[in-house]
Amino acid sequence: MYTDEIKEAQKEYLLRLADDRMILSQRLSELCGHGPILEEDIALTNISLDLLGQAKLYYEKVAELSDEEVTADDWVFFRDEREYWNVLLVELDNEDFAHTIVKQLIFDVFEILLYGEMINSKDADLKAIAEKSIKETKYHLRHSHEWMLRLGGGTEESNRRLRDAIEFLWQYTGELFYTDEVDDILVGAGIAPDVSKFRDEYYKTLNKILVESELEEMDPNVWMQSGGRDGRHTEYMGHILATMQYLPRSMPDAQW
Amino acid sequence: MEDLKRLEEFQAKIDAGEKIEPKDWMPDAYRKNLIRMMSQHAHSEIVGMLPEGNWIQRAPSLRRKLIATAKVQDEAGHGLYLYSAAETLGASREELLEALHNGKAKYSSIFNYPTLTWADMGAVGWLVDGAAMVNQVSLIGTSYGPYSRAMVRICREEAFHNRQGYEIIAELCNGTEEQKEMAQDALNRWWWPSIMMFGPSDADSPHSEQALKWGIKAEGNDSLRQKFITMTVPQAHARGLTIPDPDLKYNEETKQWEFGEVDWDEFFNVIKGNGIMNRKRLKDRNAAHDNGKWVRDAAAAYALKKKTKVA
Repeated sequence: MYTDEIKEAQKEYLLRLADDRMILSQRLSELCGHGPILEEDIALTNISLDLLGQAKLYYEKVAELSDEEVTADDWVFFRDEREYWNVLLVELDNEDFAHTIVKQLIFDVFEILLYGEMINSKDADLKAIAEKSIKETKYHLRHSHEWMLRLGGGTEESNRRLRDAIEFLWQYTGELFYTDEVDDILVGAGIAPDVSKFRDEYYKTLNKILVESELEEMDPNVWMQSGGRDGRHTEYMGHILATMQYLPRSMPDAQW
Repeated sequence: MEDLKRLEEFQAKIDAGEKIEPKDWMPDAYRKNLIRMMSQHAHSEIVGMLPEGNWIQRAPSLRRKLIATAKVQDEAGHGLYLYSAAETLGASREELLEALHNGKAKYSSIFNYPTLTWADMGAVGWLVDGAAMVNQVSLIGTSYGPYSRAMVRICREEAFHNRQGYEIIAELCNGTEEQKEMAQDALNRWWWPSIMMFGPSDADSPHSEQALKWGIKAEGNDSLRQKFITMTVPQAHARGLTIPDPDLKYNEETKQWEFGEVDWDEFFNVIKGNGIMNRKRLKDRNAAHDNGKWVRDAAAAYALKKKTKVA
């Protein structure tokens, strides 16, 4: 049995993992039926579906750990933007296909490394989720990586769009490595991975892919945006939640 | 003379229930008729992603969101098989899409109606996929092999969608007053358009007779429509819903539900492009295609570079 301190930290930690995937999935689902080619409609929807499935597992575990009667859905549909803990990266606008791919790449490389550590978690549930998810993430990374090569090495226009995307999205990579006492407690207990351990490898991997994609390397030690883990979001966030939550909120007694 | 003999052999094969395969001889009109039907079917799948995609972001629970997302992904997959099946007849996906985007090709008119409430996600699964399934089960018997095999796989998934749609409606009917009203309202709006999905009466259907003779279609529009109605009416009643047709009555002798006058004027107008969503659907499809051009160009340029390097 975990101490109350660990239990509280775990709830917080799981919500962060869940919210990242929930909002990224929501953003990806906007593209459904609007992709550049039918195969991409299928691929992006599939990735959205995987992320949604992962988010659901985390929310369900949070609900289990809660003393009150709450369901996974309550966490999704009845929290406001100041109570959502996702990183800013995942809520950003889709803009164009280059932004979508770069956003996914930034997230996928992180996820591979995170899950690569989390499969050693002392928490059996977290370990199981990591083992299931890392398989999905390998596909996601292969997808974003392959498109990086094509867009970077394709035409002048695609290279320029890809460069614009990475130059804009780079400032949102730093927040993935945000830690506070929640992480300290769980890393100490052998439950959560220590993300600082793979920060160098993360940036090395990203930069390697950038170079392969005929782009310049980027500097990890520049000003980075943050605030998501504290519920300070971009202006996009309120609109995402308004869309996502309106139905259960307009009929709070209804079952769906 | 030669052609006449081949035509006789072709007809004999069909009459014997054998499938026609891509490399077999076939009359031009058969090929054209099939390309028209299969591409309309493929277009319907991908245009159909739009009204349902319209609700993925607003699905009211995690479970419903997962199901809705998986469903729309299935539709994209169906589109892909069907375009591939049409390619076996020598029609490329590019030219078929071009015909969709410039408005020359048709897709199922049902998707020119809007999905206004969450109950519409139920109604589309239950009624639209239900009607599509009745039609497609019959198409498993089509004389063209690749189309028939695509139908087997697609029908399995459509049956699943149909059940999920009905489950949404059932859940609403068990819910609050507001939810029940939502379900009834969706049925009111989707009932007649679903019935129209089978196309005009056989007597007024320009392609029907030849399509039946060649085994492209295995069953006429009217008989499929009747099958759908007889299957669906009791499902509505089981949930306390009212079919919006004052002339609907059960015929004890034939064991069929007889229905009232269909508004074919509306049907032909929606086909002509006067439906409330026609313009928006085509605009969205065109936008996706046009905005994706630079991506497709990049992929093609990259592939070419790789090939040149190897060579």
